[in-house]
Amino acid sequence: MWTWFHRLASPPSFYRFASRLSPWLTAGSLLLLGYGWFAGLVLAPPDYQQGEAFRIIYVHVPAAALSLSVYSGMAVAGAVALIWRMKLAECVLVAAAPVGASLTALALITGMLWGKPMWGTYWVWDARLTSELVLLFLYLGVMLIAQAIEEPRRAARAAAWLAIVGAINVPIVKYSVDWWNSLHQGSTILKLGAPSISTEMALPLYACLLGTLLLVAQSVLRRAQNELLRRERGSQWVKALSEDQR
Amino acid sequence: MKVWRALWRREWQLARAQATDWLLPLAFYLLVASLFAFGGKPNDPALVGFAPSILWVGALLAALMSLDRLFHPEFEDGTLEQWCLADTPLPLIVTAKLLAHWLIQGVPLAVMAVPMAAALGVPDNGWLPLLLGLLLGTLCLVMVGGLASSLAVGLPRAGALMPLLVLPLLAPVVIFGSGSVRAALSGGDPVAPLYFVGFLAVLAMTALPWACASALRSAFD
Repeated sequence: MWTWFHRLASPPSFYRFASRLSPWLTAGSLLLLGYGWFAGLVLAPPDYQQGEAFRIIYVHVPAAALSLSVYSGMAVAGAVALIWRMKLAECVLVAAAPVGASLTALALITGMLWGKPMWGTYWVWDARLTSELVLLFLYLGVMLIAQAIEEPRRAARAAAWLAIVGAINVPIVKYSVDWWNSLHQGSTILKLGAPSISTEMALPLYACLLGTLLLVAQSVLRRAQNELLRRERGSQWVKALSEDQR
Repeated sequence: MKVWRALWRREWQLARAQATDWLLPLAFYLLVASLFAFGGKPNDPALVGFAPSILWVGALLAALMSLDRLFHPEFEDGTLEQWCLADTPLPLIVTAKLLAHWLIQGVPLAVMAVPMAAALGVPDNGWLPLLLGLLLGTLCLVMVGGLASSLAVGLPRAGALMPLLVLPLLAPVVIFGSGSVRAALSGGDPVAPLYFVGFLAVLAMTALPWACASALRSAFD
């Protein structure tokens, strides 16, 4: 187990591993998202209260859930990068920030579009919406500091500190609906025991969640590979790799 | 302790030698708050409702002004390298430096907020929560800003980075800090939100100097 882990941490073997994994992730996410969106947008019955408009849930919920998971993953990668000075974790951190920022923006925009017809307003300044907005700013800050510093290792470490300090926001977003009364509805899908959503609606949603997760994993891996190539462009294995490609 | 005294004396002398450094944010604060008043209708009673957030955001923006250069002179003239090499642990030196900065910049801003609150028409039962909240809030800001400025130390555009790095992290401080003033004005309990700001200040003071020190060291790698 540990030898495997250590081997994965070396840039060339990570690169090969990611290249082998990525077509599977793409195929899996295409299948799951294809099923989830078709079943969710076409087959599932309209909601008894919200009618057809509830279908935006198949984009909104995966984007919102993953915007938080990506941030946690980024903060963990940051801790690994700071403690063990692992280059790979630095690459993953830098690669994850723009992906997470796009998910957050998507969650905010779809939420606003959903909110206007259903609750009569695009935006309210309540706990969950506000902290998701703060999450977007945190992502932007991490991206900004990673770009602003030229030296890649120092840039990644600075971004890691910011990501870790900002991680205090993640539990606030996650539990804000339970802690404060909010216009945002409570979670319906992840209740233990009896979920308060019908199976016909829930299955496509789970498929979308998993499909988006695979898509996000794929794009983070690919971006981390690019970052790795950019950093190690002078090294032997990158030269050997580009010889092979030719 | 001897190191702290020496550091504080140094900061104090620097502040006296360059009075514009700490007078500028105060003037900026005054200007921002009065521009809000100019922007609305003359003598609009609704201004009182916005006064807590105007005073809070104005104070944070004013305190932010000087933060990007916090470690810059030390970085330029080599003092920072000496600090990294010194016997005293770097986090303690950083704490002393940040506290000195708070005493010189944060405390005057918090004190100045009270007459400005009076000018914006805030009744006197809101003054004390405002003062205490801003004392704690600027402490948080100095700690968070210290981290941001040590991450960006030596960068050419550090000043432009600062707001996006610092302000999102201060969102809870603003919410609870101005919330405490609003609670006092509407007859509620101003103490509970203040406790929360205090908790954040203590958390920032215990954790962030270590992060600062690590970030400062990595500027030399």
